[in-house]
Amino acid sequence: MEWLNTSIDWITVMFQEWVVVYYHMLPDVLQTVIWIVLKIVVIMAPLMLCVAYLTLAERKVIGAMQVRMGPTEVGPRGYLQPIADAVKLMFKEIIIPTGANKYLFLTAPLLSLGPALAAWAVLPFGDGLVLAEVNAALLYVLALTSVGVYGVIIAGWSSNSKYALLGTMRSAAQIVSYEIAMGFALVGVLIAAGSLNLGEIVNSQRGEYGLLNWFMIPLLPLFVIYFISGVAETNRAPFDVAEGESEIVAGFHVDYSGMAFAVFFLAEYANMILIAALTAIMFMGGWLSPLHGLLPESVTSIPVLGWILGDGIHWFFAKMSIFLFLFLWFRATFPRYRYDQIMRLGWKVFIPITIVWILVVGVFVLAGLGPWFSA
Amino acid sequence: MGFENIVFYVFAAIMVFSAFMVITVKNPVQASLFLVLTFFSCSAIWMLLEAEFLAITLVLVYVGAVMVLFLFVVMMLDINVARMRAAFMQYLPIGIAVLITMIAMMFMVVGGDHFGLEQVAAPARQAADYNNTRELGLVLYTVYVYPFEIAAVILLVAIVAAIALTLRRRPKTKYQNPDAQIAVKRDDRIRMVEMKAEEKK
Repeated sequence: MEWLNTSIDWITVMFQEWVVVYYHMLPDVLQTVIWIVLKIVVIMAPLMLCVAYLTLAERKVIGAMQVRMGPTEVGPRGYLQPIADAVKLMFKEIIIPTGANKYLFLTAPLLSLGPALAAWAVLPFGDGLVLAEVNAALLYVLALTSVGVYGVIIAGWSSNSKYALLGTMRSAAQIVSYEIAMGFALVGVLIAAGSLNLGEIVNSQRGEYGLLNWFMIPLLPLFVIYFISGVAETNRAPFDVAEGESEIVAGFHVDYSGMAFAVFFLAEYANMILIAALTAIMFMGGWLSPLHGLLPESVTSIPVLGWILGDGIHWFFAKMSIFLFLFLWFRATFPRYRYDQIMRLGWKVFIPITIVWILVVGVFVLAGLGPWFSA
Repeated sequence: MGFENIVFYVFAAIMVFSAFMVITVKNPVQASLFLVLTFFSCSAIWMLLEAEFLAITLVLVYVGAVMVLFLFVVMMLDINVARMRAAFMQYLPIGIAVLITMIAMMFMVVGGDHFGLEQVAAPARQAADYNNTRELGLVLYTVYVYPFEIAAVILLVAIVAAIALTLRRRPKTKYQNPDAQIAVKRDDRIRMVEMKAEEKK
C-alpha cells in the first residue's frame, strides 16, 4: 500500500505543478472558456453513453416483455451491442437523394439534436450543481423543446419524398397541439413553486414529509398530462405517427442513412432522457431523497447509509430511470394511436383538464393548503 | 471592441442578411425558414440587451409555434411563384409608397427627436440576480392590468371567430363517435351461436 500512497501523492503533485500552474498562466478569457467547455463535456459524455445504453436497455426490456432474449451476441450478454451499432452507422454512406435540398437535408439532423442537448445547460443535478443558473430556466426549456420540431419539419420537406412529407405534416400538427397542454402543465408548476428557476422549483418541494411533499401529489393531473405530452413530443410509441413504419415506412427520416440517421436517433433518445429529467425535477423533487425529513437528521452522518438515504444526484438518476422505463414499457404495450385519436386526446381531453387544474392549483396556493403551500 | 460588440455585429449581420433573403429567395418554404433565422438572431440581440424574458418568449411563441404553423400551411399550398413574379412591376409603385410611408412613420416615432438620449435616458445596468420575468409580471398585473386584460379578451374574440368560421354543417360527412367506440362491449359485436358439430356422411 505504501507505493500506492506515494504514487498518488506524486500524481497530485505533478498535477498541481503542471496543469494548475499552466492553467493560471492562461489569460482570463481563455480560462473561462476552458472551464465552460470542461463542464459541457462532463455533462455531454455521460449523456451520450446513456443514450447508447438506453437503446440496449430498450431492446432488452422489450425483449423480456415479449419473452425474447434481445441482443446477446456482441460482447458478454450483448452488452457491447450499442458500440457495434454506432460503429456500423459511422461507416455507412450518407446518401443524399437527387431531388433533395442538400444543405437543409444535412442541417435537419443537427437542428433536431441541438435543442435536445442545449436544454441540459439549465438542468440542476444537485443543490447548485448546474451549468447555467438561469432565472427563466423553465421558459428556456420550453422554448428549446418547441424548437426541436424544426429538425423533423426540415428533414421531411428537404427529402423531397411523399412519405417524408406526410410524416412531417403529422409531426408538426401533433407537436403544436401537445405543446399547449405541456405549457399549461408547466404553468401549474410555476404557480405552485412561485419561480421559473428549476433549482428553486426542486427546493420548494423540500419538506418534512419526504416524498409526500413533492408536487406530484397536489399536481397529479398535470404530472400525468406532462409526462404523456412528453411522450407525444418525443414522437415515441404510442404517439409515433410521424414515423409510423407500418403506414409511411419511417416518416420524416425515411431517406436518411449512416450518421445522418444516427443523429436523429441520438436526438430522439436524448429528448427522452430530457423529458424524464424534467418530469423528475418538476414533479418528483429532483435530487431530493424520498425520505427527506422523515428520518432524523443524525442518519445522514452515518458513513455510507447516510449518503445513500440523504439527498443527492443518485436519487435524481433513480427517478429518471423510472420514467425512462415507462417510455420503454409504453412502447412494448400500447398500439399506435390513430391520427384523429391523438388530436382528440390533445385538444379535447388534456387542454381542458390542465386549464381547470391551473385554477384548482391557484385556489390551493391562496388557501395555503399544507404541507405543500403552507409557507 | 469588446466581446459584446462582436456578438452584436455577428447577430445583427445574420439578421439583416436573413431578413433580406426572406423577400428575395424564390422558394416560399425557404423564405419562411429564413424568417425563423431572423427571429432567432433578433432574440439573441434582445438577450444581449439583458431582456431574457422577451428573448425567450420570442423564440417560444414565434419560432416554436407561429412559424411552425406557417411552414405547415406553406408546405401544403401549391404556390405558383412565376405568376407572382409576373405582377412584380405592376405592384412596384404601391410597394414603394408603402415602404416610404413606413420609413417616415418609423422616423417620426423612434427617430432622434423623440427617442434620442436627450429625451430618454439610457437604462441603468441591473445586477445579475435582477429577475426580468418578475419585474414584467409585477408591472403587467398592477399598473397595466386593464390594457392587459383587454388585449386578452380581444385575442379570445379572435379565437372564437376563427373557430366559428370552421363550423359549418356538412350532413354528408361521417364522424367517429369516440364515446361509443370506447363504450363498446364484446356482446355488441359478437353473437355466440351454438351448433352441432358437422357429422361425417
